[in-house]
Amino acid sequence: MNTLLSRANSLFAFTLSVMAALTLGCILTTAFKDRSAPVSLKVSRVLLKKVEDFTGPRKRSDLGFITFHISADLEKTFDWNVKQLFLYLSAEYSTKSNAVNQVVLWDKILLRGENPKLDLKDVKSKYFFFDDGHGLKGNRNVTLTLSWQVIPIAGILPLVTGSGRVSVPFPDSYEIATAF
Amino acid sequence: MVRAGVVGTHLPTSSLDIFGDLRKMNKRQLYYQVLNFAMIVSSALMIWKGLIVLTGSESPIVVVLSGSMEPAFHRGDLLFLTNFREDPIRAGEIVVFKVEGRDIPIVHRVIKVHEKDNGDIKFLTKGDNNEVDDRGLYKEGQNWLEKKDVVGRARGFLPYVGMVTIIMNDYPKFKYALLAVMGAYVLLKRES
Repeated sequence: MNTLLSRANSLFAFTLSVMAALTLGCILTTAFKDRSAPVSLKVSRVLLKKVEDFTGPRKRSDLGFITFHISADLEKTFDWNVKQLFLYLSAEYSTKSNAVNQVVLWDKILLRGENPKLDLKDVKSKYFFFDDGHGLKGNRNVTLTLSWQVIPIAGILPLVTGSGRVSVPFPDSYEIATAF
Repeated sequence: MVRAGVVGTHLPTSSLDIFGDLRKMNKRQLYYQVLNFAMIVSSALMIWKGLIVLTGSESPIVVVLSGSMEPAFHRGDLLFLTNFREDPIRAGEIVVFKVEGRDIPIVHRVIKVHEKDNGDIKFLTKGDNNEVDDRGLYKEGQNWLEKKDVVGRARGFLPYVGMVTIIMNDYPKFKYALLAVMGAYVLLKRES
């Protein structure tokens, strides 16, 4: 074998091993970190309608409109191995036909370097809150939580839920807006 | 004047030495080289199949092929998946799924979940970088995904490592050239 070729081969193999070991070290330094943070959620307006679900299955379903406030300090969640946080506000509730329902109403991408302190007021939901049926009418136990997924530069992808939650009581009839 | 010539001294001594090596090998060494190669291939296969059993997913390591999850995942990133049955599918998780009839896996996020008492789940997905949900990608008339469509849930991430797979897919000649060079290297290298 040509010595240039075998030298290049050894160099390449060594570089790969060192990079792999370094990456593993980087992953391990942040793998077991607690990524939760306190969150404050408030709902300011709820409206319930009954509409044909135009986003997919064409059946008349309950459609909710929620306006809310979010306040959270995510500074501690960011560290040197976090590329971005994907935040999402989800509503979780239980109905007669489905034991568990979860709908993501709003999301935000928080990149490294952006302001980690959130203080948003009067946010309208980004996505249509359709139920699979008529389970929102009169439902007093619709819970809103803010969660986030930590996207590392390399490593584990944990999903963390913030520690604040708020319950949204839906009205008993359609088209009536309730303000809080 | 007797010229002490040895057969073979006139052979060029540069890269063609590898064939010189091959010629000097006897049958036993040749078999050894081939078996060595087979050992490497079967170890790789065992590790892969072992990972499939360990994670419960039919494809525990996938390469991100599209930009629909940017800026989180870019083309060429590597994802590590698990697919344990006890893990319920919940909103916010990143799932890799296959649409019925197509065998390209898609990596997107779950945005809606409806689960019945008996455990039947139907869910909807959307790519972070897409404006609309994935109903346009599902089969004609299909509005929800089910557990059977899921290849796995993304649990770990490595950037850039999967670029090799993308290059090999886009330029198949490169793939064959790489395999040929690797095969030749393993078969012809002498264990000195």
